[in-house]
Amino acid sequence: MNILKGKKVYFILSAAIILIGLIAYIIFGGLNFGLDFTGGTEIRMNIGQEFNNDDISSIVKDNAGVDSLIQKTGNNEVSIKTEEIETEKRDAVVNAVKEKYALDETSLLEATNVSASASKQLLTDALKALLIAVLCMLVYITIRFDFRSGLAAVLGLLHNVLVLLAIYAVTRMQINSTFVAAVLTIVGYSINNTIIIFDKIRENRKLNRRAPFEEVSGTALNQVLTRTINASITTLATILALYILGIDSIREFSLPIIIGVLIGTYSSMCIATPLWVVLNDKMKKRKKHA
Amino acid sequence: MKAKSIIGLVITLLVISALVFTAVCGVTIVNPFNGEKYYFPNALDEEYGIKRGLDLVGGSIISFEADMSGVPQTEEPAAEEPVEEATDPAETDEGVAEEVEPNDAEAPADETATETTEEVTTETEEVATETATEAPADTPAGVPSQDDMDAAMAVVRTRLDSQGYYDATVVQRGNKTISIEIPNISDPEEAVQMLGATAKLTFRDPEGNVIMEGGTDVKRATYKYGQTSENGAMEHYVELEFTSEGTRKFSEATTTISANTSGNNYISIYLDEDEISSPRVSEPITMSTCVINGNFTEASASALANQIQSGQLPFALKEAELRSIGPTLGDKALETSLFAAAIGILFVLLFMLIIYRIPGLISCIALMGYISLVVLAISGYFSFLGVNGTLTLPGIAGIVLGVGMAVDANIVIFERIKDELRAGKSARAAVESGFHNALRAIIDSNITTIIAAIVLSIFGTGTIKGFAWTLAIGIIVSMISAVLVTRMLLKIFLNLGLKSPGAFGVKMKKEVQE
Repeated sequence: MNILKGKKVYFILSAAIILIGLIAYIIFGGLNFGLDFTGGTEIRMNIGQEFNNDDISSIVKDNAGVDSLIQKTGNNEVSIKTEEIETEKRDAVVNAVKEKYALDETSLLEATNVSASASKQLLTDALKALLIAVLCMLVYITIRFDFRSGLAAVLGLLHNVLVLLAIYAVTRMQINSTFVAAVLTIVGYSINNTIIIFDKIRENRKLNRRAPFEEVSGTALNQVLTRTINASITTLATILALYILGIDSIREFSLPIIIGVLIGTYSSMCIATPLWVVLNDKMKKRKKHA
Repeated sequence: MKAKSIIGLVITLLVISALVFTAVCGVTIVNPFNGEKYYFPNALDEEYGIKRGLDLVGGSIISFEADMSGVPQTEEPAAEEPVEEATDPAETDEGVAEEVEPNDAEAPADETATETTEEVTTETEEVATETATEAPADTPAGVPSQDDMDAAMAVVRTRLDSQGYYDATVVQRGNKTISIEIPNISDPEEAVQMLGATAKLTFRDPEGNVIMEGGTDVKRATYKYGQTSENGAMEHYVELEFTSEGTRKFSEATTTISANTSGNNYISIYLDEDEISSPRVSEPITMSTCVINGNFTEASASALANQIQSGQLPFALKEAELRSIGPTLGDKALETSLFAAAIGILFVLLFMLIIYRIPGLISCIALMGYISLVVLAISGYFSFLGVNGTLTLPGIAGIVLGVGMAVDANIVIFERIKDELRAGKSARAAVESGFHNALRAIIDSNITTIIAAIVLSIFGTGTIKGFAWTLAIGIIVSMISAVLVTRMLLKIFLNLGLKSPGAFGVKMKKEVQE
């Protein structure tokens, strides 16, 4: 069976996902950025006794209807960070916390607006750094393989990032500063995967120069299939453990990596490799015409 | 042959066990001759182990308030003194006028504007109109403009990065407070000092008039070590490179000062209100660089260079509050993520054992070595190589990715060996050619990823840098463990009589039939 036979389906599927993401992006007016990027309101209270972060988080959810970031500060004090909320909601939260822990007026230490801790600048900086990294990878792959494969591999990476963003645009999941690290993890993982496959194709092509490129690539894909699956399983295992056993914030971080590893595995086989085949055929044809 | 192999195996196992033991428990070695103790801390050692990030264990929160009080005293002379051009006082005035920009804005703009030189006028006017819209002109305590707050936050960020606190966060609270969350540090007071100092570098003439200042006239400040004068002793110093405007001012000032009588012909260099040095000026200096020397240590000179380089703050920062803060990821972030990572790794080990049998066992051994090495590297054991890290959640992701890649390299190799075995080669030949063929793929894929990691560690900021570092460490160590260690162990096992394809997890057709 040649996986590459279905390349049109893969291309259309991926294009559709990215398109839907784009539409969602326009409809919702952008991505859903978390507190790190937007800033918001911070309430600081002196609880004066041991308390559980999750209890306070659910109080905030019940009274203000928003997600919050709870941190212990100082000596049994709590810092509650939420998106910017109206004064009434803020008061409701404060009163509910007071009630829960039987506190008096002096327990409210501070309620103020806080700026973003991670600026959009961080995102653009990351993007710039990533672009430079991708260019360097393109150069290396071109040297070790050829330009077409480098282009295919890099387009595969772009595909991964776009699909991930599309998923985030559609589901409205929050994007926090750890998201950047998740994206980088995905890029690292999927380029690794792609190169292993490309290496096998390069080797098979040397052994059999006459066979059509698509056939050679298809065989190579099948030959490394076990390794592709096994490698995904081992990588997913550790990240999945983080997701299943971790607390909320760690889940928020590991989820994009899990999605990314899946997309990466898929794209190495079904996007990057067929792209190489298509680019190769196109350029060959052009040569023949010339 | 067998005896040699057994010794090799034992030594490898011992080395790896030692690594694991050090990473988990820490080791204290006592020199039997002089009783000196060498302490190798374990990774989780509170004091010497892995520097743990803000997101996992929390740290301190330092709040600074913009302190505008220093400014009004200098305002009056600047606004009222008439200006004479091209003489010393003129230059002095210019310097002072620039210093008080935010304050001028509070004073009626016309008054200041008409009485200062043209150059300064435009600047002052701009600031005046800008601030007028944002802050009422009669704010008594002085609220900085949002532009100045942004500038101050950028300076603080640069200072944090230059000290390696990549995961620290900087936020603005209300309209004049800057809050910094910084991971656990040994000396918070020192950090307060380092972050909050205005770092206003000024050059003053013997009468104390400001000739020029670091913020506008210095292009670059670098730490150096060497001789600052012919036949002088080696010392630590800071080299300043002036802007073209700065060079002009410096040459004019030195021309005037060198004409002064001896004992009155020096320039004083001040950092805030502390005099750092007062070099004698015997002739006009037209060069674009100048050296600050004095009784510097390497640390103090490079700290000074950093402070000047990251720019001066537009206003003083007064420490408002210093308190501890829990992990940004919430309670128990470190415990749960370490526990989860352990479970994940355990699964990987089992998986490798089941699928690849003996080679799987070998890769498990190598993987233990790999994980310990990475953990030790992040703990700062290899800081002499410039490898240093803070363990943050993105860092853990970097390690996990590294584990994935280390295992992946083994999977690539083992799958190759299986292929060769199925093709009917002997175990020894299969291992040889399996390694040979797999190596190219492993090297290409790892180098591509390393390129990305290095670029990110150079051009990235904040958490990205931290992630890129752990990833780079992870890949390099994984290449060593997955390729060299596994290969050596496999050869040892071959010598010890490993040859059945079944031991490699290969089901031969014959076996299936039986």
